[in-house]
Amino acid sequence: MAKFKNHILVCAGTGCRASQCEEIVENLKLALEQNGLNKEVQVVRTGCFGFCEKGPVVKMVPDNTFYVQVTPDDANELVLEHLIKGRKVNRLLYVNPETKEVVSDSKHMGFYKKQIRIALRNCGFINPENIDEYIARDGYSALGKVLVEKTPEEAIKIIKDSGLRGRGGGGFPTGLKWELTLKSKSEQKYVVCNADEGDPGAFMDRSILEGDPHSVLEAMAICGYCIGADTGLVYIRAEYPLAIQRLKIAIEQAREYGLLGKDIFGTGFNFDVEIRYGAGAFVCGEETALIHSMEGLRGEPTVKPPFPSVRGYKEKPTNVNNVETFANIPPIILKGGEWFSSIGTEKSKGTKVFALAGKVNNVGLIEVPMGTTLREVIFDIGGGIKGGKKFKAVQTGGPSGGCLTERHLDIPIDYDNLIASGSMMGSGGMIVMDEDDCMVSMAKFYLEFTVEESCGKCAPCRIGNKRLHEMLEKITLGKALEGDLIKLRNLANVIKDTSLCGLGQTSPNPVLSTMDNFNDEYQAHVKDGKCPAGQCKALMHYIIDSHLCVGCTLCSRVCPVDAISGERKTPHAIDTSVCIKCGACMEKCKFGAISVQ
Amino acid sequence: MAKVKTLDDLRKMKDELKNKITLREKADDPESLVQIKVSMATCGIASGAKEIMNYFIEELDNQNIDAVVTQTGCMGYCYAEPTIEVTLPGEKPLVFGNVTTPKASEIIEKYIKGGELVDGIIPDSYNTF
Amino acid sequence: MEIVKLIIDDKPVVVEKGTTILDAAKTIGVKVPSLCYMKLEDMNFENKPGGCRICVVEVEGRRNLAPACKTECDEGMVVKTHTVRVVNARRTVMELILSDHPAECLTCAKSGECELQTMAQNLGIREIHFKGEQSKYKGDKSPAIIREMDKCIMCRRCETACNDVQTVGVLSAINRGFNAVVAPAFEMDLDHSTCTYCGQCVAVCPTGALTERDYTWKVIEALVDPEKIVIVQTAPAVRAALGESFGMEPGTLVTGKMAAALRKLGFDYVFDTDFAADLTIMEEGAEILDRLGRFLNGDKEVKLPILTSCCPGWVNFLEHHFPEMKDIPSTAKSPQQMFGAIAKSYFAEQLQVPREKLMVVSVMPCLAKKYECTRPEFSVNGDPDVNVSISTRELAQLIRNANLDFKSLPDEEFDNPLGASTGASVIFGTTGGVIEAAVRTAYELFTQKQLEKVDFEELRGMDGIRQATVDFNGLPINIGIAHGLGNARKLLEDIKAGKSTFHAIEIMACPGGCIGGGGQPYHHGDVEILRKRQRAIYQEDAGKPIRKSHENPYIKKLYEEYLGKPLSDKSHELLHTHYFDKKKKVEINH
Repeated sequence: MAKFKNHILVCAGTGCRASQCEEIVENLKLALEQNGLNKEVQVVRTGCFGFCEKGPVVKMVPDNTFYVQVTPDDANELVLEHLIKGRKVNRLLYVNPETKEVVSDSKHMGFYKKQIRIALRNCGFINPENIDEYIARDGYSALGKVLVEKTPEEAIKIIKDSGLRGRGGGGFPTGLKWELTLKSKSEQKYVVCNADEGDPGAFMDRSILEGDPHSVLEAMAICGYCIGADTGLVYIRAEYPLAIQRLKIAIEQAREYGLLGKDIFGTGFNFDVEIRYGAGAFVCGEETALIHSMEGLRGEPTVKPPFPSVRGYKEKPTNVNNVETFANIPPIILKGGEWFSSIGTEKSKGTKVFALAGKVNNVGLIEVPMGTTLREVIFDIGGGIKGGKKFKAVQTGGPSGGCLTERHLDIPIDYDNLIASGSMMGSGGMIVMDEDDCMVSMAKFYLEFTVEESCGKCAPCRIGNKRLHEMLEKITLGKALEGDLIKLRNLANVIKDTSLCGLGQTSPNPVLSTMDNFNDEYQAHVKDGKCPAGQCKALMHYIIDSHLCVGCTLCSRVCPVDAISGERKTPHAIDTSVCIKCGACMEKCKFGAISVQ
Repeated sequence: MAKVKTLDDLRKMKDELKNKITLREKADDPESLVQIKVSMATCGIASGAKEIMNYFIEELDNQNIDAVVTQTGCMGYCYAEPTIEVTLPGEKPLVFGNVTTPKASEIIEKYIKGGELVDGIIPDSYNTF
Repeated sequence: MEIVKLIIDDKPVVVEKGTTILDAAKTIGVKVPSLCYMKLEDMNFENKPGGCRICVVEVEGRRNLAPACKTECDEGMVVKTHTVRVVNARRTVMELILSDHPAECLTCAKSGECELQTMAQNLGIREIHFKGEQSKYKGDKSPAIIREMDKCIMCRRCETACNDVQTVGVLSAINRGFNAVVAPAFEMDLDHSTCTYCGQCVAVCPTGALTERDYTWKVIEALVDPEKIVIVQTAPAVRAALGESFGMEPGTLVTGKMAAALRKLGFDYVFDTDFAADLTIMEEGAEILDRLGRFLNGDKEVKLPILTSCCPGWVNFLEHHFPEMKDIPSTAKSPQQMFGAIAKSYFAEQLQVPREKLMVVSVMPCLAKKYECTRPEFSVNGDPDVNVSISTRELAQLIRNANLDFKSLPDEEFDNPLGASTGASVIFGTTGGVIEAAVRTAYELFTQKQLEKVDFEELRGMDGIRQATVDFNGLPINIGIAHGLGNARKLLEDIKAGKSTFHAIEIMACPGGCIGGGGQPYHHGDVEILRKRQRAIYQEDAGKPIRKSHENPYIKKLYEEYLGKPLSDKSHELLHTHYFDKKKKVEINH
């Protein structure tokens, strides 16, 4: 086998593919060939590196140089300079925005320093389409170990000892779930991988499936052995074509190697995996709705109990875990439950992957130990707030979660702390907001999502969320009355209290948590008719300060609706009934005479 | 590719496949390994740096020594090309000049494996970053 | 039997494991209000999606409220059904449901019978605090059923009826969230779907979302038209249920009062569909004997079992779902259509008027009959044999309109000649009745012997599928009975697979037969009402002086004067029909 002196790792996740990483790979290969290096240097497409803010990312191995925002045109230079002449291409290195320091090795970047990668261990490291690279990284040895050396009960004990809890949102102890499914008596059982990632902005599961599909397959097989199932089903949204493609390749390769199929490791254990496509309904992330969807029924939840571990897919005991949960399983088996439980907090062990988004400098995918504070995540890893603005809030848990503020920044992140603070872990979406974000509008945005995604089965979710949204709309339009806030809170509480499934039981969280944490802002909208963040257009008024206006007429000329009148060289005025609040006048005014109130 | 029939099959396979990614694994934590940087500017390449680099890569691999061999730009010692910089774990980097194949072999045998200094060291006159 | 002990509203309760909180509460007299939940015992109908959330209760140790209809009792559970938290939640959810419901009670067909209205009253809703956008769906007017889905509260009972009980599979929820609606696929209209118009969806709908197509106005128009001779026929099951609409005990027979009321309403001739039912037996019985005889003689062309064909919902089901079997049912028209054909020929001739001058109105427990009378094969030169079919409920409405004190009306008789009937025709109104009536006649015609006992108890009952063997003088005749289309499907699948050993099968689309028809007074989930109606039907039969169709003197007279004999050419022309393959006719309406 030819031995490569250098590897060039190119991120080929969905995000980087959209910014031409395929062309980068092609150009790199071409440049290597032209320079006679194609036998010495290997170009590897990997899964997501996580640092999506600056993608596409190209990493040179073995010197670990981390190039960011690479374009296809840069490929030639990378080969000539970095590989042939041994000189780093400085303009493509990451620059710390605060210190202006150039950082060439990703290990020294603030973004990566505090991360521990367990679920993402192979993402950005191996070629996800090559099972050999996975095996070289101890792949499938956890499955081998379990099949050859452990009973199902022993294996489940390792998972229980690890303290791993479901990463999809609920945080149910994984080992316990497996044990319950094991104890359900049935000839036929199923392992289901929930890859119906639905939170807006979240892409943890997609990245794992794109970057390390075998880890999920291996874990599903381990689970199958533990609970007594021979069939695994991956329920994945059809909007994830790349993840589906890589998963399909991985399944094919694993079957070819005999790591899926009949008599795995000569132990007589059979297990195979099928892919089921979802249409991307948020509610189908709820396990009973997911199961109905797989059965060809309407994607609607049913009341639990019975839990899927007792009666699930095709009425058989079914263990449903999310992608990230599965990705944690092989390292736990190999390194032991104690190793895993040494990471994290008392009740939340291990790490958690978050999709960091919103107004932070470093948008991307991160994995941190449980117990890391929000401050560390937002400021150290996330690099602080964009444009030097002030941090206002962070929404964790997606549309089911809540909004946390300045005073929550030093709370160690884990399942229980987040719930105690009025939010939740959810699947790991984390959206950061700055001083320009209106919290009422934010709550309204999330409600819009849940209204859209409710299945419509139960009345509180179907109608209640619609009404919540309408009330928030009223507030942002300045049409709400004082009593409306009391009604809003009561309605939100009743929806939580009476909805059928997790979607409705959590959908009012963004409203309740913003009402708790930003009561002043709600009051300002309702009582004073003002939006403190200046986001609610209906509550904004552009006015001209007659002392500062010199009557230059610039503003009236730029106004698209002729809302500004006034004689030349005399102060102008805006007719607020006509004004559409586009802000063009304010931008044009050279005298600072126009302001928003 | 043959089927994996037993756990031993998998282990054997893993050992065979390991070198596919060892380069990446080592790169993740170079401080714990022997690092060799070969000066690969025009003068270095002209005086045989590439052969020396290949020699190091193969020889260290043959002897199962965990090491990272990378190219680097001109070190400024054109009079002594090929030049290499060797960093043992926890040690300061040392620069060797006029490295020929026998010299390279000596560096491996004595300095890298035994920590014993050999001729040809260029005195430390700068700091690497 | 495993039992669990729990506390509900501070009272200890002991129930069988698997009992829901809703049922457990009932045992100690605690009524937890519920809306979407409905169970029809023994009818394979249990609707508990847990969707309306009206029945929520507080369970100690549980984070949120639990739906009582769907939560099973656990050992040691402590339940509170009417705490402030619960009442607030219940009222708020009710207000939400009402906020998405048109406040059209004044003109709604369901007003007074509406479960939503009743629940709103019970919960004391006087104001809706959450006003906002309301769902808007296009209306759908089929000849039999009207869908006004703006009024739907997503209880999903119609889906359970259509899919679980009837296995017709037309109605299911589509779209998401606030836009979710129960509809046929692609939101096509019912008349483009494979709907059988059985009306079981209407029978269980709690609101005015699903109702019958109302033709009372057409009836009134005809009654006030001096040019028209308006004839009415009433189906057997109507007399066993109509009284309920006037507060009478379920199972009260109101045959005489009904005849009196119809006469007071101004119908020129008050006739009885029962007469036509006797006629049906003559034709169908003859057909059974003919086919059976040929079959026994080894005629390979003959297909058995023969299936009854009185039920138009069932005929629609056959045409849509089993068209390949369209040669198997009896070709005899339904009693409604036989009546129409005879009225507009034989009777019109007696009156010496052209058939167009007659207006035939039928009062049926059924919504499919509304569709049946619009079938083109049941009209002559565009003049339908039966002009209009109204339901039991619509007749009750007409009686109320006329301000008749129904309960105190004197009993009156039907008019002749099309009003005379036997006990055999009366039992057409319940499952098993048609085949029992047919057996009474077929036995005597086949064996040439007098029946000792006309009651065939083995054919009666409420089990979904029943079978019995009747001894025809040494020849065992295997008879099958199915009511509810889901049960019918099972027997049909057997026939298709060549596994059926029946000689004759009776099929009724509605659970219970016509007594449980989609046009009957609403049972609101009380199956006991259906049982009481059934008992009334058999009571009427038992009280009749003549109990065999072929002994009806007016039937004999009809054959003598007009038809000749069963299966004659004249009979074929007037009283028999054929069926169509409608499988391909399903189209998407876009």
